[in-house]
Amino acid sequence: MIYQGKKRIWADYQKEIPDDHWYYVRSCIRQNFFPASEKMFTEITRGVLGKDIYENPSHTTCGGIAYHCDTLPQETAMTVVARQFAIMTESGYENLCPSCITSFGNYTEILETWREFPELETKIREMLWKACRREFRKPKYLAHSSDLIYKFRNEIAEKAKFRLVDRETGEPLRIVEHIGCHYSKMFPSKGVGGAEYPYVLAGMVESWGGSVVDYPERRHCCGFGFRQYFVKANRGYCVSNTHKKFESMEPYHPDAIVTNCPGCPYFLDRWQYVISEQTGKTYGSNGYGIPVLTYEELAGLVLGYDPWDLGLQLHQVAVEPLLDKIGVEYDPKAKYLGVDRKNIMRPGLPTVLKCC
Amino acid sequence: MKENVVIIGGGIAGMEAAKQLLALGYCPILVEKEAQLGGHVAQWNRLFPDMTPASEVVDGIREGLGGANIFLDTEISFINKLKDGYSVMLSNGVNVVCRAVLLATGFHLFDARKKEEYGYGIYNQVITNRDLEHWFNGAPDERIGGRDLSKVGFVHCVGSRDVKAGNAQCSKVCCITAIKQAIELKEKFPEAEIYCFYMDLRLFGKKYEDFYIRAQRDYGIHFLRGRVSEVSEDISGCVCVKAEDTLSGKPVKITLDLLVLMAGMVSNPGVGQIASTISLGTDSDGFLKSRDNIYGIIESERRGIFYAGACTGTKTVPETLAEARSAALAIHNYLSSSGL
Amino acid sequence: MMDFGFSLSPSSTINLDKADLSLLRKVRALEPDVDICMACGSCTASCTAGPFTGMSVRKVINDLQRGRATEIGKMVSGCMLCGKCTMVCPRGINTRHLILSLWRVYDKEAAR
Repeated sequence: MIYQGKKRIWADYQKEIPDDHWYYVRSCIRQNFFPASEKMFTEITRGVLGKDIYENPSHTTCGGIAYHCDTLPQETAMTVVARQFAIMTESGYENLCPSCITSFGNYTEILETWREFPELETKIREMLWKACRREFRKPKYLAHSSDLIYKFRNEIAEKAKFRLVDRETGEPLRIVEHIGCHYSKMFPSKGVGGAEYPYVLAGMVESWGGSVVDYPERRHCCGFGFRQYFVKANRGYCVSNTHKKFESMEPYHPDAIVTNCPGCPYFLDRWQYVISEQTGKTYGSNGYGIPVLTYEELAGLVLGYDPWDLGLQLHQVAVEPLLDKIGVEYDPKAKYLGVDRKNIMRPGLPTVLKCC
Repeated sequence: MKENVVIIGGGIAGMEAAKQLLALGYCPILVEKEAQLGGHVAQWNRLFPDMTPASEVVDGIREGLGGANIFLDTEISFINKLKDGYSVMLSNGVNVVCRAVLLATGFHLFDARKKEEYGYGIYNQVITNRDLEHWFNGAPDERIGGRDLSKVGFVHCVGSRDVKAGNAQCSKVCCITAIKQAIELKEKFPEAEIYCFYMDLRLFGKKYEDFYIRAQRDYGIHFLRGRVSEVSEDISGCVCVKAEDTLSGKPVKITLDLLVLMAGMVSNPGVGQIASTISLGTDSDGFLKSRDNIYGIIESERRGIFYAGACTGTKTVPETLAEARSAALAIHNYLSSSGL
Repeated sequence: MMDFGFSLSPSSTINLDKADLSLLRKVRALEPDVDICMACGSCTASCTAGPFTGMSVRKVINDLQRGRATEIGKMVSGCMLCGKCTMVCPRGINTRHLILSLWRVYDKEAAR
């Protein structure tokens, strides 16, 4: 691997990310999958970095899931998105920051479609006006929330309590980065680092002391594909894609996986249980899995937040081996206590995958 | 006194034209931006279809150049149109007034780094046709010579027939070059399995098909009809390649010790400034626009400006040499008929 | 019917005289680039769905052009919409839009 070659490509794909005043929109599903991630985003950007991150309760789904499931025509999705733009405009913001990769892809695709076909934008404006008497300005800047954390990665590194370094050996931790397909595969120029060698997560890992694992199936989709996963009969093929990735990354012995999509971390985490039950195989050391984190969780960890406040107890794969390597202190007894210190119940244990 | 003709570009097209113009009694002034003559061909080792050493071709033409004015390391500063000809200012301070200028500015080898998915400049074991040819020429290269190669792949059409890379044209010579290089590599590494990934095999020239049959029959080269879509590197530093075997209708993957990218021919970006100062047009493929693509390939749309070789499109060596002779004759006819 | 112990063999010939190109025409109206495929297979090579579902954009286009509609619906229903095929197509075909257009045509026919 020639690192300089990657750096040259990264230099070709830089995007302008203003450093303040963002209209932040949450994902439909992330709060169920990884409950503290979005909270941690606002905590880091507002609390730690002092940024103006605004949320509006009138925000709804962008329609991306339904659009990708082929249950919603694109024009309907566009009108839903037009309403989001209208609420952003009414709130006095012009920089849009979605937390979801598919939303980011959806917004990007819609803006690009309107750029190519302005008559469609006119039509959607009319439809929005008829539907709810709203008008909008298009966002001046559109950045995924991982773009923002990428932008502030060095500030986070300066304030960090921990580095992504094995405390015993002093070696950088080996981190697999996995980018959601809808981040830049459709529009490579809209992603930090492009689509073949995205830098958005790699930049965070490097800045926080880890080393990035580049394995043969790095670019492969996790297998989520809404209209596939939602149909139980198709899930075998979803998990086959995830399996393909794990088989490919296995020789590198990754210490963790970091992702920037709602579905990917869920898949990469939960499927390790399914794969272990189906094949008897686990991919971490000593029967554990490979911990899978969102970039907000990873940022929270290096900043010294309590892992149970980051919701890491809700992961399928135990994160303790990773915490031990980094040197993060945690109270094992508090793992299944909620914010009010009440017991949130303990999960059943898998037969193969070691979880505690 | 012999009449001056400025030739821009000292590759085989410019050299051959200079040689012919000398023989016709003119004073060719050959201007080359590099430190030596011969252009791309001088960098090559052997040429299809008879494995002729490239140096033999270049040296053969050079022998006929005694008496020509040759300026190396020299560029064109500007060209002004005069009433009956051109004033050409060279970067070395020499100014030439002439009635005919020949552009033999050649092509540019596609920068394989632009096909990001193939990882040239990122994955160690991904090289180009030019890198391989340099190695055949004796230049040390650890990627090729430093290991035993057991599996090697060739990717045809890198930067050719690729609208996204900005080059819709077929580069014409890559199919036969891949076969030539595959055979040569097989001779160096007889145990290696060699795979050529192609979209269409375009083997139109004299004895090309014979070459293809030899590659199959005598060297056991594998031909797989599918364009490589993605390249990556495994933990041992080998190259993982994905393509579709379109004939069996199934995705294929293979791990290789070496992957050779057949970088294609694209128009020479350096010619843009010269072309714009004397209002020469470019064709839809980005190469210089001939007066007519059947009848007048070696003529521009401007009086007194002629073309030879790959500046007007992808060409083989014999095609280039034929054009250079043809351009010399056309210049002679032009200068004789327009009178002094 | 009489059982002779043998029967007429079905022919695998693609009979272009009887090819039904109506689906191709409908898709072409929505996505004209369906005609510029050169069958290089890049889409299929990098497809997430291909190895597990038989999805192949190249085969879909080929079947459309030959009027063999039977497998197309099954193939496109395997698509993940991950965008990889659009990225790698050397002819710049908007394969994503092609697939969405096919879904739309099939939805309309199903609604009939």
